[in-house]
Amino acid sequence: MPYLELNDLHRDFGTVKALDGVNVHLDQGEFLSLLGPSGCGKTTALRLVAGFDRPDAGSIVVDGKDVTHTAPSKRDMGMVFQAYSLFPNMTATQNVEFGLRIRGQHRVDRRKRVGELLELVGLGHAGDRYPHQLSGGMQQRVALARALAIEPRVLLLDEPLSALDAKVRVQLREEIRRIQLELGITTLYVTHDQEEALSISDHVAVMYGGRIEQMGSPAEMYSAPATPFVAEFIGTTNRLEATVVDGGIGAVEHRGVTLTVNAARDRRRGDRVLVLVRPETVELAPANGDPGPNTLVGDVVTQTFLGPVTRLKVVGQAADLIADVPTAKAATLPVGTRVAATLPAEGARLLELTDESLPAVPEEPAPADR
Amino acid sequence: MSRKWIAPSAVIWLIVAFLYFMIPLIGSFLFSLNKLQTGTCCTAHAYGTIVHDPAFWHNLRTSLLLSLETIAICLALFVPTVYLVHLKIPRLRPVLAFLALIPFVVPPIVMVVGLLNFYKGSPAWFYGQPWGFLAGAYVILAFPYMYFSLDAGFRAIDVHTLTEASQSLGAGWMTTLGRVILPNIRSAALAGSFLTLAIVMGEFTIASLSAFHTFPIYIQAVNESEAYPAAAVTVMSFGITWAAMLSLLLVGRKRGTRAAVIAGVR
Repeated sequence: MPYLELNDLHRDFGTVKALDGVNVHLDQGEFLSLLGPSGCGKTTALRLVAGFDRPDAGSIVVDGKDVTHTAPSKRDMGMVFQAYSLFPNMTATQNVEFGLRIRGQHRVDRRKRVGELLELVGLGHAGDRYPHQLSGGMQQRVALARALAIEPRVLLLDEPLSALDAKVRVQLREEIRRIQLELGITTLYVTHDQEEALSISDHVAVMYGGRIEQMGSPAEMYSAPATPFVAEFIGTTNRLEATVVDGGIGAVEHRGVTLTVNAARDRRRGDRVLVLVRPETVELAPANGDPGPNTLVGDVVTQTFLGPVTRLKVVGQAADLIADVPTAKAATLPVGTRVAATLPAEGARLLELTDESLPAVPEEPAPADR
Repeated sequence: MSRKWIAPSAVIWLIVAFLYFMIPLIGSFLFSLNKLQTGTCCTAHAYGTIVHDPAFWHNLRTSLLLSLETIAICLALFVPTVYLVHLKIPRLRPVLAFLALIPFVVPPIVMVVGLLNFYKGSPAWFYGQPWGFLAGAYVILAFPYMYFSLDAGFRAIDVHTLTEASQSLGAGWMTTLGRVILPNIRSAALAGSFLTLAIVMGEFTIASLSAFHTFPIYIQAVNESEAYPAAAVTVMSFGITWAAMLSLLLVGRKRGTRAAVIAGVR
C-alpha cells in the first residue's frame, strides 16, 4: 500500500481549475518532485497536502489514514516555504525547537535534538543567530532543520531554493537529497526548475493545467516523454511535424524530406506524427555535395555557448532545429556555414499529432538568470 | 569609511524645527521657575505646589489607569481583528481604514454628546465611572492610532507564511498569535499603545462634558487659578509623555525585533 496517496484531487478557484484530477501514489521514503510552469497547480497540490487549503473533491491519505479534513497543525507535515519563513523574533535554535516545544518535549531532549539537526544542515555554529543575521541559504537550512525536527510523516518543500543564487541552489539541493536519503523521509518537492527536479528525485511528475501530464523516473521523463508538453518542458527538444509514408521501414516525410525513424515502424501510412529529437543527438557536418540519409540541410544562424557544448540553431528549407555540439567542434561551424544535420533513426521519439494545437510551454527564467 | 554629509539647508531646517517645538516649552519651563511673590527667577516652588497637591496625584492616577485600560481594550480588540483581516479577509482592510478615520472626522464634542445620549440609562457602574463610559469613548478615540500602527506592523511581516509555518509545526491559532505574531508586531503595538496613552493623558473635551476628573481637567483647573504651577504642570505633562516615548524607543531597540521596529518607524 502506498504511504502517500493523492486521490483524484480537484480544486477550483472561481473559474480556474487549479487541480483537475491529480493522482499520486508514493511509497515511504520516496522523493517526488512536482514539476511544471507557473500556474500548473503544483503549489496548490502541496498546500492541500499540508492542510492549508481543502480540495473540492478527492482525498489525501497518509499511511492509510485519510487526512483530507485534518487541521494543518494535526497533520505532522514538515514544510519548507519558498519565502523565508523563520520566525524573526527567535534565534535559529529557538526556531528549530519551536515544534518540539509545542509537543511538550523536555528541554534537555529538545536541545540535544536541535543541536543534532543544526549539525545535520551544517549550521551547528549559528544556533544563536537571528534570521536577519543569516544569509538566504542559511535561513533555508534552518527552515529545513525546523521542518525535520518534528519528525514529519511527509516533508513538503515549496520551491525552497528559488530565492537563492545559482551556486547555493545547487549546493543546497544536493544537501536536501543527502538528508532525505539519510533520514528516509517521504518527500514532496515543488519546483519549476527541471534540472533541479531531475537531479534529486526518485520520481518526477510534470504538471500542466492542473493535471499530471506524466509521472516517472527522471530518466524515463527525459528519454521517453509521453506528451509533446513533457518533451518540451523536460530538456530541449526539436519537434518535427511529419507524415508517415512507409510504416514498414519507419519512413516519414518532413517538409519534403524523407527521414527514417525506427519509432515510426508499424504506423499507418498517412498518420500525422511529431518526431522528437534531442539536440545532443543531432550530428552536424559541413554540407558538401549530396546530403546523406536522414539529413536536413540548413545554415547555422546562431551559436550559444553553454560551456562544454555549444548550441547551434540551423535554419534551411526543410530544417529548423537546434543541435548541441562539442564546443571545440562548434568553432569549425561558424554562423553562416551551410551544414548537414543528421538525425538519429534510433533515438528519436514519436508522438501522434492530433488536431489540437500543441500546448505552448510558458517561459520560465533560466536558473542562471534568477 | 566616508562620513555622512549633511546639506547646510537641512541643518537650517533642523534648527528651525527645533526652535519651533522647543521655544514654547523652554518659555513655559522658565516661566514655571518664577517666584510667586516677585515674578523673577528662580525657584522650584511651583513644582512643589503641584507635587504636594493630592488632587494632582489622584487625577494623574485616574488618567494613567484609564490609559492602561484603554490600551488593554484596544489591543485585545484590534490585534486579533487586524490579524484575521490580514490573513483571511484582506478585502476588508479599506473598510477598516475608513472606519478608523471616523474619529478624526467627527469632532469629540459631537461624539461625546451622542455617546452621553446613547448610554443614558445604562447601569451606573458603566455610565457613572470613568472606567466604563470614559474608557469606552477613549477606545473609539484611539481606534485610528491603534489601527494604523497595527496595520503597518502586520504589513511589515509575512503574516501568511509565518502563520502557516507555525501551524505546520503543530501550533494552534492562539499559540501562533501569542508566540509568533505578537512578538513580531510588538513595536507596532507599542507605538499604538503610546499614542493611545498620549491621547488619553491629554483628552479634555469628553472628560469635561461627561464630568469626570482626569489629568487634563486638573491642568485646566490649575490654569484658571495659579499661573506658575499651571506652567509647571504643563511641563510635567510633557515630561510624562516623553518618558513614555523614550520607553518605546528602548523596548523597540531590543534585539530580534527588527521587522517590528521597522514597522513602528514607518
